[in-house]
Amino acid sequence: MTLASALVGQTTEETPSLAEGVFSSTWLLIALPLLGAAVLLLGGRRLNRIAPVLGCAAPVLAFVLAAVLFFSMVGRAPEERAISVPMYDFFTVGDYSVAVGLLLDQLSMAFALLITGVGSLIHIYSIGYMEHDENKQRFFGYLNLFVAAMLLLVLADDYLILYVGWEGVGLASYLLIGFWQHKDSAAVAAKKAFVVNRVGDFGMSLAVISMVVVFGSTAFAAVFPAAAGAPNDWLVAIGLLLLLGACGKSAQFPLQSWLLDAMEGPTPVSALIHAATMVTAGVYLIVRSAAIYNGNEIAQTAVVIVGTITLLMGAIIGCAKDDIKKALAGSTMSQIGYMMLAAGLGPAGYAFAIFHLLTHGFFKADLFLGAGSVMHGTNDEVDMRRYGALRVAMPITFLTFAAGYLAIIGIPPFAGFFSKDSIIEVAIASNFVAGFCALVGAGITAFYMTRVMLLTFLGEKRWAADAHPHESPLVMTIPLMILGGLSVVGGAALLYLGGGIVEWLEPVTGEEHVELGIPIWALTLITLAVVLVGVFIAWQIFGRQPVPVTQPRGSVVTVAARADLYGDAVNEAVFMRPGQYLTRSLVYVDNRGVDGAVVGTAAAVGRFSTRLRRWQTGFVRSYALSMLVGAAIVVVAMLVVRLP
Amino acid sequence: MNFPWLTTLIAVPLLGAALTALVPRGLELAAKRLALFIAVITAIIALVAAVAFVGEGQPEQFVEQYEWVGSLGVFYAVGANGVSLSLIVLTAVVTPIVLLAMWREAEAERRNPKPFFALVLLLEAMIIGTFAAQDVLLFYVLFEAMLVPMYFLIGLYGGPQRRYAAVKFLLYNLLGGLIMLAAVIGLYVQSVNAGQPSFLLADLVALEVPVDIQRWLFLGFMFAFAIKAPLWPFHTWLPDAAAESTPANAAYLSGVMDKVGTFGMIALVLPLFPDATREFAPVVVVLAVISIVYGALLAVGQTDMKRLIAYTSISHFGFIVLGIFALTSQGVAGSTLYMVNHGLSTVALFVIVGFLIVRRGSRLVADYGGVAQPAPILAGSLLFAGLSGLALPGLATFVSEFLVLVGTYSRYRAAGVVATVGIILAALYILLFYQRTMTGPAREATRDFPDLRRREILVVAPLVALLLAVGFFPKPLLDVIDDGVRPTLVEVGVSDPEPITPAAEGSE
Repeated sequence: MTLASALVGQTTEETPSLAEGVFSSTWLLIALPLLGAAVLLLGGRRLNRIAPVLGCAAPVLAFVLAAVLFFSMVGRAPEERAISVPMYDFFTVGDYSVAVGLLLDQLSMAFALLITGVGSLIHIYSIGYMEHDENKQRFFGYLNLFVAAMLLLVLADDYLILYVGWEGVGLASYLLIGFWQHKDSAAVAAKKAFVVNRVGDFGMSLAVISMVVVFGSTAFAAVFPAAAGAPNDWLVAIGLLLLLGACGKSAQFPLQSWLLDAMEGPTPVSALIHAATMVTAGVYLIVRSAAIYNGNEIAQTAVVIVGTITLLMGAIIGCAKDDIKKALAGSTMSQIGYMMLAAGLGPAGYAFAIFHLLTHGFFKADLFLGAGSVMHGTNDEVDMRRYGALRVAMPITFLTFAAGYLAIIGIPPFAGFFSKDSIIEVAIASNFVAGFCALVGAGITAFYMTRVMLLTFLGEKRWAADAHPHESPLVMTIPLMILGGLSVVGGAALLYLGGGIVEWLEPVTGEEHVELGIPIWALTLITLAVVLVGVFIAWQIFGRQPVPVTQPRGSVVTVAARADLYGDAVNEAVFMRPGQYLTRSLVYVDNRGVDGAVVGTAAAVGRFSTRLRRWQTGFVRSYALSMLVGAAIVVVAMLVVRLP
Repeated sequence: MNFPWLTTLIAVPLLGAALTALVPRGLELAAKRLALFIAVITAIIALVAAVAFVGEGQPEQFVEQYEWVGSLGVFYAVGANGVSLSLIVLTAVVTPIVLLAMWREAEAERRNPKPFFALVLLLEAMIIGTFAAQDVLLFYVLFEAMLVPMYFLIGLYGGPQRRYAAVKFLLYNLLGGLIMLAAVIGLYVQSVNAGQPSFLLADLVALEVPVDIQRWLFLGFMFAFAIKAPLWPFHTWLPDAAAESTPANAAYLSGVMDKVGTFGMIALVLPLFPDATREFAPVVVVLAVISIVYGALLAVGQTDMKRLIAYTSISHFGFIVLGIFALTSQGVAGSTLYMVNHGLSTVALFVIVGFLIVRRGSRLVADYGGVAQPAPILAGSLLFAGLSGLALPGLATFVSEFLVLVGTYSRYRAAGVVATVGIILAALYILLFYQRTMTGPAREATRDFPDLRRREILVVAPLVALLLAVGFFPKPLLDVIDDGVRPTLVEVGVSDPEPITPAAEGSE
């Protein structure tokens, strides 16, 4: 098998046309939610009651605008669809200039629709979910801030401005994970997420800085055309550094450890930020940086390896978690691993990475909101061993969750079937090992999702005596129905409607066809068979026998998976404890050693002065003395200088 | 128009200091109001001057020159370029904020607030004078003289160990000053030898000083500036001075006054000793990188809030010095912007910590926790200030830190990479601090924490607004700074490394 990366993609280089007409209002996409955030956060608690309305207005309006922009874009010829929206000059220092501008092309358009569309649904859902919270203005303010930052991230046309959005979503994520900051666990999880992401930002910063060194610019329009001519070592370095940044934001190995803890945030946050949108930013970054990765074998292989490891890791962790949100979080890691894998395959995989990203946005938001609805109806219980038989009490949640379930495990014609199968196909054709792992991953996905389904909605009821499960209000279930519907038809629609997503993205991502050794229908059948095996095993374990309410001990693998495959243990042993030790010893040394040497004199003088103070009022005189000496030296020196 | 902007900016606070000191006993409130009024007027003058400066468009402006000691070639000479102008405006803007932050705190323990207000104004005049000075002796005199008011500010208003801290502050800085004095004289001797005795900066820059002498003079000046900045390993006075000062004073000390050291590097060391600068730059770069990492690690390990912020400042000063000695336009311009931003962000951090200390009466991180619940505005302000301290993109500090890293990396790859580790450590020390003080369940001692009062909000709001404004629109400030930096780099005789694969012409 040859690496797809060996084949350089034919990304067509086109100069984006200048924004006119409706496109010149693209900036409103960002400004609307930003304004919402400013009003809500500055308004304070007095806005608590009207916060939901204000908070929902911004993303909904932005979605309407995005839809208008989309249809205007569809009306243009494919090669004229990329639109550049210059805004203002950021700075010029020496020969390095940065301008703030937006690039609305097929890729960022798809993201804008996903962010504002799914974002609006989740905002609306939050009206019900957060109904009793005292700080709704803060919650919706943070959510709006997130939407604004995420839109900046995908619309920016300069890596430095992208980085501003990149960090903005990190901030919003930090604030929202720690939204219930009176809980220590939430505060710690929020900090952990930010710090781990900063490790990624270390890579991201150096990548952007390297671009200045290599290209003298960070603008897409300057970097992409020049990339082909840049020295290979630099391209490899930039590619790997960008990947490090992507690993942080997208919770990919080895920076995955924060995502599971991030489930401390309110469930709509998990759905929006830690499933449907923000965590996919790493995939966006790599697809957007196609010019850096195309033909860059080392960097692409690294992306494939990271994606493959994470898709398996996430899936294995997802199998062992009893907390429904953590099981879904493991699944998110795993699904993003699929996207990464596809993105690492170059032009052959970019479009499929984005395709899966979009369908995943539908069904994972659906699943998380479904989990939130379950929690809402069961006194915030998250332990699936305490669920069971909820299909009767919560029929809408059950049905919509089932749609998401069938979508994620890839049963035709649900959304995930099309997108995941595309990735497995292209992966097997390009890199057999990665492709095989993706296939196995599909089986594990089927296993853990069936487990979630069985434990939650089927089987016998295992609720606490005081729990009275009930269906959520319409304001929550309507978004669920829409997302459930998208989980059913979204995949086929994206693949076939109009020219389909692959053709839509082609001007941005390029296209490349890799030959599969076997007929596609055969691979589809194999994949389906693997999926059904996963479902069957889960059914054997969790469907046919009663589920214990307390957690059984489990095998070595289960124990390891419950401990997130020891990601935290490794971090603690390798970074945290040595770091604490280093810090403590440095504090000690700084107080005694470095200071001691210099302070020895000072202390002596201090003691002397203390004695002096017994007779005199303070140090003023000793100071005056020093000044006098200084002045005397000046005078003497001047005399000396005058002498010759 | 030849309005003496700089002399006015020195004279107004100086006069204000005298007037404040003359207010009779018993009228403390009037004295405070007067001082604040003067400080606000000074800030307004500085802003108007800045507008005039930008309007004129010349890199060097506001030059005034009067003979002082003619036979020695000493002048009262002031002038401004983009670098000094931005620092003067910073000083003028921050001073009223610091005074307002001290409004009640200066009276704690029944102290007389009047001297505090008068001394800060005096200090302001001296600091502005130092930034404006175009005569090396004038610079030196002010550089040394400002130790006096600061000594009293620490020694009179600080915590239990204030005397020790004040003396330590004085000894360190005096030592640096004395060595610098020797170098100033040495430099003067060079001008005498050249037959043109003068302390005027322009005359001295024009001298052709032999390299071996440049080295000694470089070391003499740098020693003083490295203590003031403060650079590792000359930093240990700052944590003590900051911890024992009142928070507002610590803010003024590390936010504004210490900038004199890094300013001196750009304004004096680089143009006066270009050959020695190029020669010693790698050494200074190494010290700066050590400062960044060392200061950050120590900040992580602190238990005292004020010491913690002092150590973050040491880390940030490391960035500033790093950018200067990278000797690239991005590095030096980034450092200058960093000085301004660090001023805003550190002042914000220190004054907010001051608000905490006033409420709880403790400097220890461990005595707080869960403050966000009863006092959300306080917590939000601290978080904002903290985020500016960790250089969050979107805030002013990010632009400067990024430029410093770009400027460094383009010449010193390894230093650039190690310095970038600083961004991870910054997240750690800020967020740990925030987590430990603000989040978690409310404690007994913090349950009824009052939120920020109107005066306190007034202190924080302008800092927040400025950090956001410069963060989203740094161009006007950076244009001025870039104009000021360019001649300096020409003086040093360095040019920026060329991009390896320049992007095609015509595209930006």
